[in-house]
Amino acid sequence: MVNPTSESAFVQFDRVQKSYDGETLVVKDLNLSMPKGEFLTMLGPSGSGKTTCLMMLAGFETATHGDILLNGTSINNIPPHKRGIGMVFQNYALFPHMTVAENLSFPLEVRKMGKSDREAKVKRALDMVQMGDFGGRRPAQLSGGQQQRIALARALVFEPELVLMDEPLGALDKQLREHMQFEITRLAHDLGITTVYVTHDQTEALTMSDRVAVFDDGRIQQLAPPDQLYEEPENSFVAQFIGENNTLTGVVKSVSGDACVITLDSGEEIDAKPVNVSQPGERTKVSIRPERVEFNKDRLNPNAHTIKAQVKEFIYMGDIFRFRLSVAGNDDFIVKTRNAPDAVKLTPGETIEIGWLAADCRALDA
Amino acid sequence: MADTTANGPVLAADGTPLKQSLARSLRRQKMRALMLIAPLLVFVLLSFIFPIASMLFRSVENGIVQDTLPETVAALQQWDEQSGELPDEEVYAAFIRDMIIAVDNKEHTRLGSRLNYEETGMSSMFRRSGRAIGRLDPVEDAPFKEALIDIHDGWGEVGTWQTIKTHAVPLTNGYFLNAVDMQRTVDGAQAQPESKQILITLFGRTLQMSLIITGACILLGYPIAWLLANLRMRTANLLMILVLLPFWTSLLVRTSAWKVMLQQQGVINDTLVWLGLVDDAARLVIINNQIGTIIAMTHILLPFMILPMYSVMQTIPPSYTRAAKSLGATNWTAFWRVYFPQSVPGIGAGSILVFILAIGYYITPEIVGGTKGVFISNRIAYHISSSLNWGLAAALGTILLAAVLILYWAYDRIVGIDNVKLGG
Repeated sequence: MVNPTSESAFVQFDRVQKSYDGETLVVKDLNLSMPKGEFLTMLGPSGSGKTTCLMMLAGFETATHGDILLNGTSINNIPPHKRGIGMVFQNYALFPHMTVAENLSFPLEVRKMGKSDREAKVKRALDMVQMGDFGGRRPAQLSGGQQQRIALARALVFEPELVLMDEPLGALDKQLREHMQFEITRLAHDLGITTVYVTHDQTEALTMSDRVAVFDDGRIQQLAPPDQLYEEPENSFVAQFIGENNTLTGVVKSVSGDACVITLDSGEEIDAKPVNVSQPGERTKVSIRPERVEFNKDRLNPNAHTIKAQVKEFIYMGDIFRFRLSVAGNDDFIVKTRNAPDAVKLTPGETIEIGWLAADCRALDA
Repeated sequence: MADTTANGPVLAADGTPLKQSLARSLRRQKMRALMLIAPLLVFVLLSFIFPIASMLFRSVENGIVQDTLPETVAALQQWDEQSGELPDEEVYAAFIRDMIIAVDNKEHTRLGSRLNYEETGMSSMFRRSGRAIGRLDPVEDAPFKEALIDIHDGWGEVGTWQTIKTHAVPLTNGYFLNAVDMQRTVDGAQAQPESKQILITLFGRTLQMSLIITGACILLGYPIAWLLANLRMRTANLLMILVLLPFWTSLLVRTSAWKVMLQQQGVINDTLVWLGLVDDAARLVIINNQIGTIIAMTHILLPFMILPMYSVMQTIPPSYTRAAKSLGATNWTAFWRVYFPQSVPGIGAGSILVFILAIGYYITPEIVGGTKGVFISNRIAYHISSSLNWGLAAALGTILLAAVLILYWAYDRIVGIDNVKLGG
């Protein structure tokens, strides 16, 4: 990421670094800019630096180097309570000794707002998350999902322009989580709030965000809209981390424009699309999504390279069939097919031919 | 809703009522549990419940007068103690008969000591008269009134007989009256003479100083507990050792160390004089008075405040304070409105602990308290080991116990005992 146009940026990280112990960098040279109203997700494994970035933005951690800008001005020296950033915490952090209404009223009180204004705003915020009748309850009397809504309402009640969310749905069960994903996205878009969302759940990241920043090793590995991230990963980490992925390793044999031929370590040759490779002789990891692998003989492209595969396991998942194959020495090669009337059912032990479109098979860094 | 059938209660598979069957299956478990706790139960019963009950009883028990002088007590019933006249010959004769038996059994001195708590001089009167009475014959030497007054003038005073009659009841409120600076007299409960009134003052002082000590412990302990709960593990552990170190030192050593520190030629005064803050001629008096007791006891009881506070603070996640700040609260508001209310259970637990320990403290006030800084417990100890007035000691102890229970109850009503956490 080169320094982006700062006029349009609402939130901007400019060459930000962070170290806790003075020996290792947790965040290495972070550059990121977000326009107003964007829903951006920071996605990455634990320890990748995403939460640290969020905490620096909130003001609970200071950047070791670099600037964090909000609306064009540096906020490095502004204490958290003056930043006016709403935040939803992983465990909600609702104050247990206050009622729901008092929790919501708290940010308004510290802003010295009058009583009647406060009450009106609290009511509106509670209605917004469909919790209008719960003002008198204590947080402990609410279910996890209800607490989540209250935490959201509290972060929004003082009308911040920027809201940060630190794995807010981590403690909910699957169904509730999916419902809340939808709610949060809807609220964020309706209110036009800029949102930075941290999660390690890639489904959450893909379904909710305008853009996703994939973090690893203190760097943004790729910053892109969800579809691009899934279909066009720029390196093998992103390919591995987002969605299910099959990896084969080999050496580039030839490159011709939009296609190249890879010689796998097992000696077989396959077609691929060169992404991070340009010269024959370079080592590469090729990445292919399970649903793009074709094993129906009738649909295989006669001109494309095919490769032999042995069926190891069949997993019935209801809507889809999943097969584990052994391909070019990789025993964990997964292919999927829709449970359709004409679906081919493979039996473990048989050997088949598989193939794919060169464009679906990306030759990435080794 | 009970799961009943149309014919009555639910039956277990073998036809017995389900409730009965359940009770039977639980009985074995209960017996096992009871057996496991039995040794402790017996121990607690013998070492805690029984002594307290015995103390409570001793504070009202007063059979000695009636047991030693049964005939006299019966004869005194006819005598009007308000008349201002001496009892008649019949009482004296009964007294001689009782005393001869008592002298034989060497019980008259004990009775003398008992009555001496009420009327000074009784002890020596009984002891001296005892020898002379022992030589009298209950039949031949009659009449006894003149003879007895000859033996000791005291037997010719109305007050003596009033005292005997007043305290001839088997259960008395006399000790409790004494404990609150009153006495049992012929005219009912009366205030003690002013020169003997010290116990109410002492109770008041004990309460007041315990409150001051508790307050001082809260003020000093809170920041330490906060540091312990918020510092990095290594630093916190080191700090914790410093907090616990006094625990591993003998109480007596610590108190004596304060004596060295606080006396007029002690470390603190010397330092202040050397710094020029205090004139050599006007060294601070900070020992053998209330200040000394407060300083030493605050130090000794501090860990009891810090530990419960710490264990509560440890459970307050830092995200609460962060949330408060992100919502716009300054550091102080975040602390006062969000952190502090959640740490109150720790303060409550620590305060109860420190206050109850302080109110019954004995060794430290004894050593550093002088005369002005002693507690009610020092008085109790005095009555147990020096004056041997165990009844009064028991009454004082009972009042102390009742005071603590009442305070505990009040605390429960105001703060709620559910809000007290001694750990996680």
